[in-house]
Amino acid sequence: MRGLRVLHAEWTKFRTIRGWVLGAVGAILASVLFLLAGTASTNQSSTQHTQDAATLPVGPGGEAVNDSFYFMHEALTGDGSITVTVTALTGVLAQEPGHTSPGITPWAKSGILVKQSLEQGSQYAAMMVTGAHGVRMQDDFTHDRAGLPGRPSAASPRWLRLVRAGSTVTGYDSADGVHWTEIGSARLAGLPATVQVGLFTSSPAAVQTSGSRGGTSPAVATGTFGHAALGGPWARGSRPDRWQGVQVGGDAGTSGSYAENTSGAHTQTGSGFSVTGAGDIAPVVGGPTLGPAYAIENFLVGTFAALIVLTVVAVQFVTTEYRRGLIGTTLAAAPGRERVLAAKTAVVVTVAFAVGVVVAAISIPLGRQRAHATHFLVFTVPRAVELRATLGTGLLLAATAALSLALGAVLRRSATAITAVVVTTVLPYLLAVSGVLPAPLAQWLLRLTPAAGFAVQQTLPHYAHVLTVYTPASGYFPLSPWGGYAVLSGWTMLALAAATLLLRRRDG
Amino acid sequence: MSAIGLRQTVHAEWTKLRTDTGHAWLLLGLVSVTASVSAAVAATTRCPASGCGQDPVRLSLTGVSLGQTIAAIVAVLIIGHEYGTGLIHTTLTAVPRRTTVLAAKAAVVSGTVFTAGTAAVLASVLAGRSLLPGNGFTPAHGYAALSLTDGPTLRAVSGSVIYLVLVALLALGIATAVRDAAVAMGVVLGLLYLFPLLSHVVTDPGLRRHLAQIGPMPAGLAVQATTDLRHLPIGPWAGLGVLALWAAVTLLIGGTVLRLRDA
Repeated sequence: MRGLRVLHAEWTKFRTIRGWVLGAVGAILASVLFLLAGTASTNQSSTQHTQDAATLPVGPGGEAVNDSFYFMHEALTGDGSITVTVTALTGVLAQEPGHTSPGITPWAKSGILVKQSLEQGSQYAAMMVTGAHGVRMQDDFTHDRAGLPGRPSAASPRWLRLVRAGSTVTGYDSADGVHWTEIGSARLAGLPATVQVGLFTSSPAAVQTSGSRGGTSPAVATGTFGHAALGGPWARGSRPDRWQGVQVGGDAGTSGSYAENTSGAHTQTGSGFSVTGAGDIAPVVGGPTLGPAYAIENFLVGTFAALIVLTVVAVQFVTTEYRRGLIGTTLAAAPGRERVLAAKTAVVVTVAFAVGVVVAAISIPLGRQRAHATHFLVFTVPRAVELRATLGTGLLLAATAALSLALGAVLRRSATAITAVVVTTVLPYLLAVSGVLPAPLAQWLLRLTPAAGFAVQQTLPHYAHVLTVYTPASGYFPLSPWGGYAVLSGWTMLALAAATLLLRRRDG
Repeated sequence: MSAIGLRQTVHAEWTKLRTDTGHAWLLLGLVSVTASVSAAVAATTRCPASGCGQDPVRLSLTGVSLGQTIAAIVAVLIIGHEYGTGLIHTTLTAVPRRTTVLAAKAAVVSGTVFTAGTAAVLASVLAGRSLLPGNGFTPAHGYAALSLTDGPTLRAVSGSVIYLVLVALLALGIATAVRDAAVAMGVVLGLLYLFPLLSHVVTDPGLRRHLAQIGPMPAGLAVQATTDLRHLPIGPWAGLGVLALWAAVTLLIGGTVLRLRDA
């Protein structure tokens, strides 16, 4: 009961001081203004895209995807199987404008595909050879399994097979067409009776990792296939030689582009085909392959303004008592010193969490609306990820406010305490993302300092089967969202423990 | 009362600063933090081949972006602390000319930050000079050892010291205007860091360039650049001039507030 009374007393102190309430409200206003300033510019290059380019295709899991590739296909009904040999995977790179050279990107893909429809983002399962990662089976964009290693050649071709049975598609590979290995099976709940089956090729743009953010250049791949054999009910009436070629998605998507004078195509070679294409069938990731676009965390840039304001308020919530000698009265009224610190912490944590959630709840829809108005792409993420970023902003501000309060109690000088908080949270983040530091150093900063906590706002996904520059400068934290938040919380706990210890030992 | 001129006031301010041990620690912190961060960056940056696009002078001076906050604390406390303790009443009774008080405080802050800043920046350059060649910043890769006889290096080094002094003056002006150490520190840190954070989000290159031209930190730190000057949003000395303008304007506001308001 006494604890509750102390809490009530601290809450009354907080709410009756106008500057602090204004600070909390001001934190929200400042962060929204900050967002408006940050999204003021219009996309100059939006003319390259069609007017509706403001949205990315969305995969079955709600994630933004690239689904652009060259597809030689036929609509087939019921169950069945497709088997084919791949004898080569080659390509061209256009590293300088107007000049191409032979080469292949690591995740250039060519193989067989069973897809729900020709709509971008529809469900699929595929067996493929890749530029540098051997045979893979991939399904629904986010799932990737490894098969036989190495690139195919005429001397050592790769045999690929997909078998559809109801809503299950199973992939096999073989080095000789006799001994088959099952790679995995995908459950595609939304697969209709009639599906699109055929040969495909895609190649994401080549990624240069030099420089902190890197760049991309066009890349096109060609897969050489033997005769495509259909089995089961699919075999009836199917004519692979009459298959239609189409560039799914119309162009090569955000992560790929055709080199000058190249386009998606297929040509008959003996009993088989060679299929040329660019683009990718994969989740969208950040970095140079994405180009100018906003991610949800960009809309949360106002968090920094709110953080600085809340740091000032939280530090003052404790240092003012020392300055005015009020701490003597407070501690006389409630002799349990830990209890006073706990009550103060509870108040600032609650206020900061509320401010953070409100900031995020206003900023995300407002930012999205601003992005649409200025013709920028917005990186689509599943609802749960957006919710994590929203609540995470609240938790992030709550933890930094508690850290500020604790440092205020330890240092007792508000200017020093505020600076200590800001230079350990905002400054490491700033140095890491601005690209002035080399990437390994930037990553260590974001692992060790309280700035690691900003990871909780990251919505850009990381996939081992999509190549980009995964560095802080392109928006990637070295720790997982909750891992990074744990580092910040650890620092906060440490500071609170030090504050408790000192408060117990020191005189008022 | 006109007998108390600027010289006595400066002396009085210097005595106040000298006898507060907190300030000595802060200045020591300014030197050690700046030098150690600079050294850490110099020790961990690699230049594996020629044309690695790095600016070795700027890298060796990275610590200034952290050290500037301590320069700001020194300035904020010299005035904020007086308001916090009520000492400002005594100060203003002794020296009724308020602009004289502010001028004296500015002189003392400039002097101490200049001294500490010079030590901090020289230690940083020395660390860079001894560490960078071991990481591939060699003449073979197009990088001569850092030397103060090199014009651009001297500009970056002396400019960084002036940068620290100007940040302290900017902080002094803000602290005088808002009269509260905590709020002043919040405003200073916001002014310094929010501009570069904003330009990280801005997608329009033109707007990003403008932000780098007007922000006190990005514009002021342009003075540290020694390579690729043509692609800088703002020239080295012009950038420092922008920061000087910020400092002058905030001091002017602070001085006006000090004159017009009751203490």
